[in-house]
Amino acid sequence: MTTSPADGASPRRRPIIEIKHVSKIYAMGEAEVHALRDVSLTIESGDFVAIMGASGSGKSTMMNILGCLDVPTKGWYWLDGVDVRRLDEVTLSVVRSRKIGFVFQAYNLIPRTTSLANVELPLAYAGVRPKERRARAIQALELVGLADHLEYRPNQMSGGQQQRVGVARAIVTNPALVLADEPTGNLDTVAAEDVMHIFSLLNAEGRTVVLITHEADLAEFAKRIIRLRDGEIVADVRTAPVEGSPPRLDAEHTIRTSSVAS
Amino acid sequence: MSWWDNFVIALQGATSNKLRSMLTMLGVLIGVAAVIILVAVGTGSSAQVQANINRLGTNTITVMNLGRFGGRGTVGTQTSAATITIADVRQIEDPTQAPDVKSVSPAVSTSTDATYSGASDSGVTVTGSTPSYLTASDYTVEAGSSITSSEVTNRQRVCVVGQTVVTDLFGTANPIGETIQLGSSSFEVVGVLATKGSTGIENEDNVIIAPYTAVQDELTGESQSFSELLVQGKSSSTLDLAESEVESILATANNTTVADLPFIIVNQASLVSTAESTSSTFTVLLAAVAGISLLVGGIGVMNIMLVTVTERTREIGIRKAIGARKSVILAQFLYESVLLSLLGGIAGVIIGFIGSRFRIDGVMPVIAPYSIVLALGVSVAVGVFFGFYPANRAASLRPIDALRYE
Repeated sequence: MTTSPADGASPRRRPIIEIKHVSKIYAMGEAEVHALRDVSLTIESGDFVAIMGASGSGKSTMMNILGCLDVPTKGWYWLDGVDVRRLDEVTLSVVRSRKIGFVFQAYNLIPRTTSLANVELPLAYAGVRPKERRARAIQALELVGLADHLEYRPNQMSGGQQQRVGVARAIVTNPALVLADEPTGNLDTVAAEDVMHIFSLLNAEGRTVVLITHEADLAEFAKRIIRLRDGEIVADVRTAPVEGSPPRLDAEHTIRTSSVAS
Repeated sequence: MSWWDNFVIALQGATSNKLRSMLTMLGVLIGVAAVIILVAVGTGSSAQVQANINRLGTNTITVMNLGRFGGRGTVGTQTSAATITIADVRQIEDPTQAPDVKSVSPAVSTSTDATYSGASDSGVTVTGSTPSYLTASDYTVEAGSSITSSEVTNRQRVCVVGQTVVTDLFGTANPIGETIQLGSSSFEVVGVLATKGSTGIENEDNVIIAPYTAVQDELTGESQSFSELLVQGKSSSTLDLAESEVESILATANNTTVADLPFIIVNQASLVSTAESTSSTFTVLLAAVAGISLLVGGIGVMNIMLVTVTERTREIGIRKAIGARKSVILAQFLYESVLLSLLGGIAGVIIGFIGSRFRIDGVMPVIAPYSIVLALGVSVAVGVFFGFYPANRAASLRPIDALRYE
């Protein structure tokens, strides 16, 4: 384990994510594609970050590296103070299971499996006993407003509902960091707002949320907006302090659990 | 992740494409059923051969003096000088000279026509011998009585007859006490033999057994020598000893060596062991053929598991992204392939049991318990062995590659 070196602008809070001079190069036959070029970024615990950028700007690559699904070609990554490059396959799976909750654009639920079983899965992989697993999965599904959809299978639910199952699955292990790769990309406006409200709630609970979005109005939910272009950070704007509630947290917001099943 | 969780996931995987899983299991099923049925056929035919050999008698050595009949060529260097005489029989009967011999029955036999009030039976084997011949060659007297030693001594013309003779000459009438014509002589029927069936070589029910003295007097015209000796040993384990004792007595009596003895000597124990080794070769051959079909079934499992892994690459990526370790993915796919092969194996055992209830090419299959254990064990091993490569391939996928897979 290596602790991160002291940053120049010494952060007030412990950084949960710290990447330094990260590059990612894909070999496409003869040509090389530079998905990320020497990117350095620090995200503090409790922040709510929106990463924006056109397709091909490297934001998904960055998200995959942050989620320990991919490794950078060059550069360093400390997750919660741990040098990720030094971890072996088994430890990485433990990190993915304990520290990170990942929400995908395409929901990525296990087909033919109920919402409850889908949400229980990360707990099963983490070795939680069946009884506790079930209780915690139900709790997570209640949080995303799907208490009455426990036995539904992915193909019986709308996109918004599936994505909320995806969010429940990401948070059920109680991770400090929630990563979401265009979670609203396949959703209509209403469902997208529901999901963004859930992220706001999670952030208000103290969880760090990092998400990718295309849409500027959804980025307004975040406290910090980072723009990527051609693999480089071109803008980094703080819209709200790290401490305190996310800007558009609405305690009164109710999720329409009765969204039409497709 | 308990084994139960893995089992449930594997079950979901196997049932997600039912037809394909069924066809995969069918491959293993056919393999396992083939192993069980073919080994059962092998065991059954071996048992049948054994039973046939046992019908020849119990622990017997047959000495045949073919030289006397000249026609079928000669055995050894001498051609016709060797004989089996009553003196040889007395020596073999002597426990000091042949301690491992239980009884010896000299026999003369000929083939003749039997007639009874108009009915006739041609080509009946008439054997002249002593009472011990019946026991040694496993004949039992079903009705009436056997021939006796005093009848042998008194050269009485009595006989016991086989079932075929009874049917041919008497039909349904009671033959006991009746007199039949054998060639030109008349013999009184004193007993009827229980049916013995066919050995596949000759009909052992088409026989007449009479005292050898009477047969020598009336039918063969020989009074000095015998065409056959039926020696019964004390036990199957000392049968080889008994054989060498008989051989050396006969060699001395004929002024020759054991190697040059012009007799055909058939030792039942060696017949049994030859038959056993033949039928075990046969069984191994059948099992090998069945084993190949089980192997093909296993390759079917591997093929399907490879397809399944490819199909579920994305799912594997998701599982890894949410914290599944390599070993868990490995276990999931191994469980699935073992589940397929084990279920196929169990179904194969059931089919094997059903198939073994039918007579196959005249052989009643006898299920060998080891074949069930072997076939099931092999089917599980097939699942593990042929499942390992696809499962390992799935488990080794990098999550990001698996997630990007379309």
